Amino acid sequence: MTGADTAAASWVDIAYLITAICFIFGLRYLSSPKTARLGNRVSAVGMLIAVVATLSQGIVNWYVIGAALVVGAAIGIVSAQRVKMTAMPQMVAIFNGAGGGAAALVAAGELLKVYQANGTPTYDVSFTSVLSAVIGAISFAGSIIAFLKLQEVMTGRPITYPGQQIVNALVALAILVCWGLVVANVPNALAFFWIALVASFVLGILFVLPIGGADMPVVISLLNSFTGLAAASTGFVLGNNVLIVAGALVGASGTLLTVLMGKAMNRSVTNVLFGAFGAIKTSTAAGAAKAQNVRSVSADDVAAMLAYANQVIVVPGYGMAVAQAQHSIRELADQLEKKGVEVKYAIHPVAGRMPGHMNVLLAEANVPYTSLYDMDDINPEFERTDVALVVGANDVTNPAARSDKNSPIYGMPILDVDKAANVVVLKRSMNSGFAGIDNPLFDDPKTVMLFGDAKKSIDGVIAGVKAL
Amino acid sequence: MTAHLLTELTIFILAVFVGLEVISRVPTMLHTPLMSATNAIHGIVLVGAILVAGAADAPFNAIVGFILVLLASLNVFGGYTVTERMLQMFRPKAQAPKPPADGAQ
Repeated sequence: MTGADTAAASWVDIAYLITAICFIFGLRYLSSPKTARLGNRVSAVGMLIAVVATLSQGIVNWYVIGAALVVGAAIGIVSAQRVKMTAMPQMVAIFNGAGGGAAALVAAGELLKVYQANGTPTYDVSFTSVLSAVIGAISFAGSIIAFLKLQEVMTGRPITYPGQQIVNALVALAILVCWGLVVANVPNALAFFWIALVASFVLGILFVLPIGGADMPVVISLLNSFTGLAAASTGFVLGNNVLIVAGALVGASGTLLTVLMGKAMNRSVTNVLFGAFGAIKTSTAAGAAKAQNVRSVSADDVAAMLAYANQVIVVPGYGMAVAQAQHSIRELADQLEKKGVEVKYAIHPVAGRMPGHMNVLLAEANVPYTSLYDMDDINPEFERTDVALVVGANDVTNPAARSDKNSPIYGMPILDVDKAANVVVLKRSMNSGFAGIDNPLFDDPKTVMLFGDAKKSIDGVIAGVKAL
Repeated sequence: MTAHLLTELTIFILAVFVGLEVISRVPTMLHTPLMSATNAIHGIVLVGAILVAGAADAPFNAIVGFILVLLASLNVFGGYTVTERMLQMFRPKAQAPKPPADGAQ
């Protein structure tokens, strides 16, 4: 791909340039829901152009490539079509891991080729191929752990043990040493390459283990960024511009989202990654046991409150996803709108397990996106709102984040739910939220609680509204 | 560092800036589709996978090649399909006409 030698190669390079342009326009069109689908298709066309152009070059192993393409496509398409919208974070994690793993193996394959030809890789090639193998393997292993956590195959809580940071640091150090040895091209450099690859895989597992469920939006974005960077460094290995450009775009996107998610939690990304919540949990364990003055009400009471309101704001959280309550919420909103109640939805940036998670679920339930509001747009509305209906959200509504300097989430931007005239909280039980933090909202005299599975609770409220 | 690598680094850095510029315009509402779309885009590693697998001659290389083309292909096809499915669901208010208030007040 260094071009310039044959006419065919330059044709391929032009095709790659077109692909890069398609990707940029594809992302550009994502700036509005109206053009977003077009964007995805433009991007897919770009991908097709790049793949066809690549296949047109001298390919030896048609059977291997064809079989792998077909099998991969079949698994990818079928699983993408079958997956439930609530399982979307896991799905994204898996595809991300696949990309990371592929990037690592491409780098490995390229390096292997040089060694097998009894050649010595240039510093550029050895440096960048270890780089993409390391980032790719971390992303691959990290994505698998993220998948297992999200799928609840393993606990979503942080897994910590004494000396965790030291172990991680040692593994990271081992990777750096091997990297240096490969670049220095010591005897048996290839063995050190494999050690670096395996160690990176281990590091990927270790670094996601201590990250808990509520921090998933950060880690998913970060892994996305890693795979992008791995793809870009693979581009350096192969001297392939389209890989570099596409990888850079994804890396930029993932990094931007990671930073946004961190900001939305008022925590630095380092703080999220190096597991501060483990420590917080123990420090507030005593506080969580404190009995709270909560008022529990029936679904019919809630129905009456909602039906006679002028404006209701629904605040969805991860509990809505778990209970798959989004369709019931939409039905409730329909019933209320028939009675002339204005229904809006307040979306906190880190509600759920990935950036924009709630928006996708509500969109699946046919809620028009024009009814969904970001935190900054909806917060002034709460004062004019009769009922704020909190469905399976907790920490993002916690007023302690504004007032209590001792609260672990102090300073995190929250939805000003407590400014509404009445607050209804749907919750499975009185257990404290993920981080084990007390929520004074539940003690507020204007707050009532409706306990139970969110979907069943909402269905009860719908029946109540219909009966009125 | 070779001049060639420097050129590539230049391309990389400019692409990062283009990425930041373009992506900062994506509304929070579309952040999940954005993740999924960028997810599909990093499937471009499929190009690298085909190049490596296509040149593989030893059986071991062919096996590695098969696995990596499989992974990359899973990434590409799955990524675009999921993104398409998600984006289909985002509808403006217009398609669902709001029923008139039936005098409940």
